[in-house]
Amino acid sequence: MKKIALAVGLCSLSVIAFAQKSSTDSIAEYRQMLQDGNPADLFEAKGEGLWTQKRGPKNASLEKCDLGKGPGVFKGVWVELPRYFPDTGRVQDLESRLLTCMQELQGFDAQEIAKTPFGRGEQSNVTALATWIAAESKGMKLNLPQDHIEERKMYEVGKRLFFMRGGSHDFACATCHAQDDKRIRLQDLPNITKNPGAGNGFGAWPAYRVSNGQMWGAQLRLNDCYRQQRFPYPIFGSDATIALGVYMGVNGKGGATVAPAIKR
Amino acid sequence: MQTRRETLKHSAAVASLLAASGLFPHYAQAFEKAAFDAKTINEAIKAMGGAAPIESKEVTITGPDIAENGAVVPFGASTSLPNVKRVLLLVEKNPSALVAMFNVSPEVEVNFATRAKMGQSSDVYAVAITNDGKAFFAKKEVKVTLGGCGG
Amino acid sequence: MADPMRIRAQAAGDKATIRVLMSHEMESGQRKDGNGKTIPAWHIQDVTATLNGKTVMTAEWGPAVSKNPFLQFTIKGAKAGDKVGITWKDNKGDTRSDEATIT
Repeated sequence: MKKIALAVGLCSLSVIAFAQKSSTDSIAEYRQMLQDGNPADLFEAKGEGLWTQKRGPKNASLEKCDLGKGPGVFKGVWVELPRYFPDTGRVQDLESRLLTCMQELQGFDAQEIAKTPFGRGEQSNVTALATWIAAESKGMKLNLPQDHIEERKMYEVGKRLFFMRGGSHDFACATCHAQDDKRIRLQDLPNITKNPGAGNGFGAWPAYRVSNGQMWGAQLRLNDCYRQQRFPYPIFGSDATIALGVYMGVNGKGGATVAPAIKR
Repeated sequence: MQTRRETLKHSAAVASLLAASGLFPHYAQAFEKAAFDAKTINEAIKAMGGAAPIESKEVTITGPDIAENGAVVPFGASTSLPNVKRVLLLVEKNPSALVAMFNVSPEVEVNFATRAKMGQSSDVYAVAITNDGKAFFAKKEVKVTLGGCGG
Repeated sequence: MADPMRIRAQAAGDKATIRVLMSHEMESGQRKDGNGKTIPAWHIQDVTATLNGKTVMTAEWGPAVSKNPFLQFTIKGAKAGDKVGITWKDNKGDTRSDEATIT
C-alpha cells in the first residue's frame, strides 16, 4: 500500500483512511466513474464540424490541411505529432499546425489567433479541432518520427528545456516529472522521461478538466505548467513548447494514449 | 451509430418537427422553484410532495467514496419499490439540498444517473417518493477533496 | 441556439440505455465575479425525453447539476431503430432539442 505524504499546503485536504480501501484506490474509482460520458465529446463534435465548415476570409474548409500524413488525412496523425513539415521548414505540433492550415487555407491571421487568450474566439475553435483530431487517434500508440535532423534536434532541445531549472522557485519540468512514484497531494505525477509516464502524461492531452469545466489542449497544459513553475508564459505554438512535445512524445513511443481524457 | 455530424444536422429538423406536431414538451407543472430553493433535505422532499423520509434498503444510491473534485461528482439513484412517481437526488450540505428530480413513467426504469456539484464533504441522498406521498431514502457519505495543483 | 448534445442510445434485450452529454454552463449562482458581484444562476431547469415522439421521462434540475451535464437512464420496451429525443430548457428560456436513433 502506498504511503501518502501529507503535505501541509495552501489547499485544505481531507483524507480518510478506510480499512478496506486506500485513498488512492478511491480516487482511482472516482476517475473511473467519470470515464463514461466525458464532456470532451462535446468539443470533439464541435471540432469535427469545424473541419468541414467553410470559414474565414477565404471561405474554405480545412479538408485539405496536411497534418503530417497527407492533405485531408486526420486519422492517426495525432500520435505522430510533433513532426517536421517541409512546407514550413519547421517541426510543428498539432495546434501550431492547425494555425498554419487556418491561415493558408482559410485566410485567418495565425499571429492573431496565437495572441488570443485560451478559450476565446478562434482559440476555442483550435481547441475543439485539436480535441477531435486527437480523438481520431484514440487508443493508438505514440509513434513520433525522428527521421529528420530537425526532429532529432528538437528532441535534444526539449530535453534541455525539460531539465532546465529557473524562475523564482528554481523549478524545472523535471522537478515534478522525472521520477517514479511522486505525488503532489493526491495528484500522481507521471514520470515523463520514459513510459508509461510519458505515454500517459503526454498522451492524455487534450483533456477535459472537471475543476473548471474547460477543454485544455497540450499548449494550454504546458502554459499552465510554466505558470505553476513561476516562469513567464510561453508564446502559443513556440519552438520551446514544440520541443518539449517532441521530447515527451518520443519518450512515450509505443505508449498507449488516452486523449481526449478527463482530468480533475 | 449516428455520427456526430448527423446529430448536428438532425437537431434543427427535430426542433421544428416537435414544435409542429404539438409534441413539443409543455411541462405538466411549472419548474418547482420552492423545492430547489429549500435549504434542508426534509423541506425539499416536502416541497416535492413527499412525507418525512424513511430509510429503506430498497433504495440505492451509487457514487464515489471520495470525489477528487467537488465540481463533478457522479451519482446514481435507483429503487426496486413499486408505485414510485419521483426520484430525488440531494446533497445535505449544499446551499440548497435538492440537486435533481426525475419523474417516473411506466416507460422508464427507476434508475437515473447524473453528476452533481458538492460544495464540501457531505451525505448524499437518493429519495423515492411513491404515489401515496411516502418518501424512502438511501444515503451515502462522500468526501470531497481538492486535489493537488497538477493534472 | 445552444451547442448540440451528444446522445448515445444502445439497445440490450427489450431496453435501451440512453446516455446524454449536454453543453451548458450550469452557473450555480453561488460564485462572485472579479468585482464581488454574484454571477447570476443560469442552468437547465427542465429535461424531457421522448421515444418515437412520446414523452417517457421528464426531470427538473437545479443549479447544483454539474457543468456540461451528463444524464443516463433506461427506456423499457425500446429497440434498435427507435428514435430518442432529448429536450432541455433553461432558466433564461433557452432551449435545445436533439435526437438519436437507438443502435
